[in-house]
Amino acid sequence: MADDMLKSTNLPQNPERATLEGRNKFMGFWFFLGGETVLFASLFGTFLALRNSTAEGPAANEVFGLELVFIMTMVLLTSSLTSVYAMYHMKNNDPKKMQLWLGITVALGFVFLGFEIYEFYHYVNHYEFGYSTSAFSSAFYTLVGFHGAHVAFGLVWIIGLMIRNAKRGVNLYNAPKFYIASLYWHFIDVVWVFIFTVVYLMGKVG
Amino acid sequence: MTDNTNSTNEKQQFYRKKHKEEMKHHVLTFAMMIAFTLIAFGLVLAEVSPMFTIPIIIVLAAVQVLFQLYYFMHMNQEGHEMPALMIYSGIFAAVLTVLALTTIVWW
Repeated sequence: MADDMLKSTNLPQNPERATLEGRNKFMGFWFFLGGETVLFASLFGTFLALRNSTAEGPAANEVFGLELVFIMTMVLLTSSLTSVYAMYHMKNNDPKKMQLWLGITVALGFVFLGFEIYEFYHYVNHYEFGYSTSAFSSAFYTLVGFHGAHVAFGLVWIIGLMIRNAKRGVNLYNAPKFYIASLYWHFIDVVWVFIFTVVYLMGKVG
Repeated sequence: MTDNTNSTNEKQQFYRKKHKEEMKHHVLTFAMMIAFTLIAFGLVLAEVSPMFTIPIIIVLAAVQVLFQLYYFMHMNQEGHEMPALMIYSGIFAAVLTVLALTTIVWW
């Protein structure tokens, strides 16, 4: 690795794509996101096909409460914006502010995850809506739980990057890493937009 | 190569200005996404007919996702031909998958 990759002065306009390694990461990650799209599509398709198969268990409009989903949506949308702020400060070569905004993003991610765990707990204990209650419940927990697992993985990823680069500035070596982690975080939000629309709102409408 | 400090500085200033403009677009995008979310939730809470609500909220979700992709994930910047190819191939396969699962597989 060339030494000047680790220098933090005079970053180019797009430091995440200034090196071959950065461009490869960027390209490979979009390839991965294309695959993730199909993976989530198969879970969405399954959910849509099975959402009325309640097997005499609770139906969608009986269990779902829109208040919690609304708060979760706002939290995740805001965390998407805060990670954009982190990338803005990264491009301006301001590692302290970048770390701060990444920290806020992670905090919001934990809030989201906490609400989701509470939600599942509530469904299981108050509505007897368990994983094996019906085809609808299995499809629901698989789809939403898979998204939650993605959030958890993203949190570990971003925290790892923050700790590893805590005492480093922004340079051409770590800029692609931060950039790709933020792309992943936005993708999680993209999936959530469809989850709150297709699962919760359409479930409530019937 | 000897760096001309003056012009490097100017360059950095120019980049900063560019990034700032970009950030303005991002904040505007965020405001629109919040607005779309509010409309979607509002429609459901207002209990308008499902035949009307469902197509509208799906379109709102699709537009929000395009905002995410093109602004937050920077697909509006140049050098994103391959990402566009990847993600649109993904969306194409995704649509086929959802159609197949909802219409044929679990009929």
